[in-house]
Amino acid sequence: MVGETLIPTLLTIAWLLPLLGFAVEMLYGRKGERTTTKWPAWCAVACIGTGFLCSLIALLTWGQATGWAVLESHDLHGPDQHHSEDDPHHHGDSPKHQASTNESGWQMTALTATENSDDAEHVPFPSVYSGTLYTLGVFGSLVVSIDYYIDSLTLVMFTMVTLIATCIHLFAMGYMSDELTNEYVDHFAHTSDGKHVHRPGRFYRFFAYMSLFCFSMLGLVLAGNIFQVFVFWELVGICSYLLIGFYTERKSAGDAANKAFIMNRIGDFGFLIGLMVVWTWFGTFQFSELFDSLPRDATGHIVTNDLGEVAVSTHSGESRSIPYSLLVVAGLGVFAGCIGKSAQFPLQTWLPDAMEGPTPVSALVHSATMVAAGVYLVGRFYPMFVPEVLLTIAYIGAITLFLAATIAVVATDIKRVLAYSTISQLGYMMLGLGVFGWAAGLFHLITHAFFKSLMFLCSGSVIHGCHHEQEMPKMGGLMRKMPITAGTMLIGVIAISGLAVPGLIAFSGYHSKDAIVATALAFIQANPAHFLLFLLPLLTAGITAFYMFRLWFYTFFGEPRDQHIYDHAHESPWIMTAPLLVLAVFAAGCAIGGEKGMLYMMLLGSEPVHVANGVPAATVGELVLPGHSAIHDVHAKAGMWALLAAISGTLLAYVLYGTKTVNLSDMKRQLAGIHQFLSEKWYFDELYHALFMKPVHQVAALFAWIDRTMIDRVVHASAGLMVKISKWDRFFDETFVDGLVNLIARATFSSGILLKAVQTGRLRQYVMFIVVGVVALFAVLFTTFPN
Amino acid sequence: MATKRNAIGILMGVELVLNGANVNLVAFSHYTTLGIDGQIYSLFVIVLAAAEAAVALAIALNFYNNHLTIDVDRANRLKG
Repeated sequence: MVGETLIPTLLTIAWLLPLLGFAVEMLYGRKGERTTTKWPAWCAVACIGTGFLCSLIALLTWGQATGWAVLESHDLHGPDQHHSEDDPHHHGDSPKHQASTNESGWQMTALTATENSDDAEHVPFPSVYSGTLYTLGVFGSLVVSIDYYIDSLTLVMFTMVTLIATCIHLFAMGYMSDELTNEYVDHFAHTSDGKHVHRPGRFYRFFAYMSLFCFSMLGLVLAGNIFQVFVFWELVGICSYLLIGFYTERKSAGDAANKAFIMNRIGDFGFLIGLMVVWTWFGTFQFSELFDSLPRDATGHIVTNDLGEVAVSTHSGESRSIPYSLLVVAGLGVFAGCIGKSAQFPLQTWLPDAMEGPTPVSALVHSATMVAAGVYLVGRFYPMFVPEVLLTIAYIGAITLFLAATIAVVATDIKRVLAYSTISQLGYMMLGLGVFGWAAGLFHLITHAFFKSLMFLCSGSVIHGCHHEQEMPKMGGLMRKMPITAGTMLIGVIAISGLAVPGLIAFSGYHSKDAIVATALAFIQANPAHFLLFLLPLLTAGITAFYMFRLWFYTFFGEPRDQHIYDHAHESPWIMTAPLLVLAVFAAGCAIGGEKGMLYMMLLGSEPVHVANGVPAATVGELVLPGHSAIHDVHAKAGMWALLAAISGTLLAYVLYGTKTVNLSDMKRQLAGIHQFLSEKWYFDELYHALFMKPVHQVAALFAWIDRTMIDRVVHASAGLMVKISKWDRFFDETFVDGLVNLIARATFSSGILLKAVQTGRLRQYVMFIVVGVVALFAVLFTTFPN
Repeated sequence: MATKRNAIGILMGVELVLNGANVNLVAFSHYTTLGIDGQIYSLFVIVLAAAEAAVALAIALNFYNNHLTIDVDRANRLKG
């Protein structure tokens, strides 16, 4: 099959091109800096754009090679994959697919191919390409290698990441253009004498970091073993660190970068523990080997013996028993890494601070791709998660989505609202995955990436247009000044809120959120004790609509609140609005067809086999995980509820912020307690300060005291002793050693002075001396020896 | 030699002293039991005198070049 070599090759090219871009920009960027040209940006765009084309071709090749069977799988039987290749209708479409470079184009045609399908029953589809690109080293039985693991999830992620990254790179070319100078004035950073910081622009460096990030992110998605994931996991972490701290002169940016990195380290420590368990007990890191090693019965349980141990067959053929609790530890450990990366409760506090980075960074790294990597890893590692871990994931997601949404309601910084919204939506994804909605969670990951990157870019456009004003209370009425931004933002807001006219028009967020809420409803119908897992997301669906429309009304609607800012506001240039329009198309349409649409079906093709039918009762605990049919039954009901919540949230936002019927400051005064609590972000920063930083400071103070009073005293005493000994030594040196040397020198000197008188320089005198000397010598000789 | 101020004169004096020593060596060797040692010594002295004359003439020439005189009393710069 042609895809077997072509697809990995294409994806590897797409993966490595940004690394090449990074190297070129880093090595030659300084030249560009001096001449202030835009070529580093074009270089980055070329790399990632080519990557997008490669991914797209790979996606199409994959579809071609599998005969688009994934899209029609509900009509077909599992083994009969090649049926659809005989389908003349579909075959006729294929060249059109290939020729079209606009993704929405072939989504539309794909939709027509799936319209006649009615039953959403899942059929396992063996469509994984895995293999090794390069073996880095072999240590005993530990093989460290660069592998690839490509299924439809990988392909969809690749296409999504490269497409969004291309748009954001183009946007950033406009947004970062004020760095194209040798004398950049940073109005937010001050030198010690209170002046603004002046520095050379860092245009090229921004794009170099972006390229490095794209390389790391694509490597993470392509990775074929969990260790490789960890390596790229850290690489995206360091890129995030570099990009958050891009304005290094600002203290807030440096602090935020540190915070993000350290918070991630906490999660990564758990990840490492998970890796250790996996390595020690399974003896391999390879996804393809790990996923087959757990024994499951027909209903999808993990089979345990009487001792509560799981008998696995490792890839080397031997079988061993793993305590069930260790599976829980491994799952929780890996999930801890995802908590850190995806900013889930309780490590969510770093993401809002990460908004210190430039807005394109927030769009790419801190909403669409890197923070979604945690969700992606949960999805990728799904077969290894036992029901207890899934329940934890669900609860963490539920807590996070509610908590972040409530904070977003009172935030006034436009980027922070979006940051909290991102955390909340990531919570939705985690919840979806946790309640056994594998495809639902990842569906939301893709749709969210489009509409959230769109909204971040819109906010970037607003910030650019308002000359770096981020406070929403100073905006208002901007719709008249920047119509394209306002329009595309509205599409994003509608998409994330989940507003729709069912059956007529629905943006992507409606479909994906519906899928999650439906899964949650099916889950609590099977497990009534966990009713919160449905109530929280339902409630939050309303809150989401409320705060998103609040943002839109605040920014674009009504009368300008700050005339000065309004007068100077302007629409962004085409290079910034064009990506907005592209992303708006995808935010609106990427999920067309909902759960019968192309995107969802593609994801469903990679769903772990045991998810489809649900797991009736877990071996340990009394959890029931719902299958597709159970979810399908409650889908309409859940969708209705979610839509109701969203509509009521929207209406409330309109009443409060769109009309002038309610006095907002009065309301703020009446709800001062709650407002204070929420705007202080549930006091999490203070809590962590009291729980971790204060004890550390106190312990440090104690050690400092011990240092000063005990260790320092010993050191000082020995130093004093040394000084005394040295003084004696010096006295001896100066009087005796130096005295002897000086004495010899003085004797030589004075004898020289004496002899100097003899050396008159008169030649005839010297001859006289010789004559006299000879005569004297003879005289002495003859008087001494007369004979 | 000790009274001359002319460098060439001094040089000639040195030659005379050396030749006087040669005569002594040859003459006294006749009255000793040392065989022809005296004559050999005088040969050494002749060779030495030739070498010395070459060096000394070069010195005298350079002295003249630098001072436009060969009065050795003018060569007093090296006194202590």
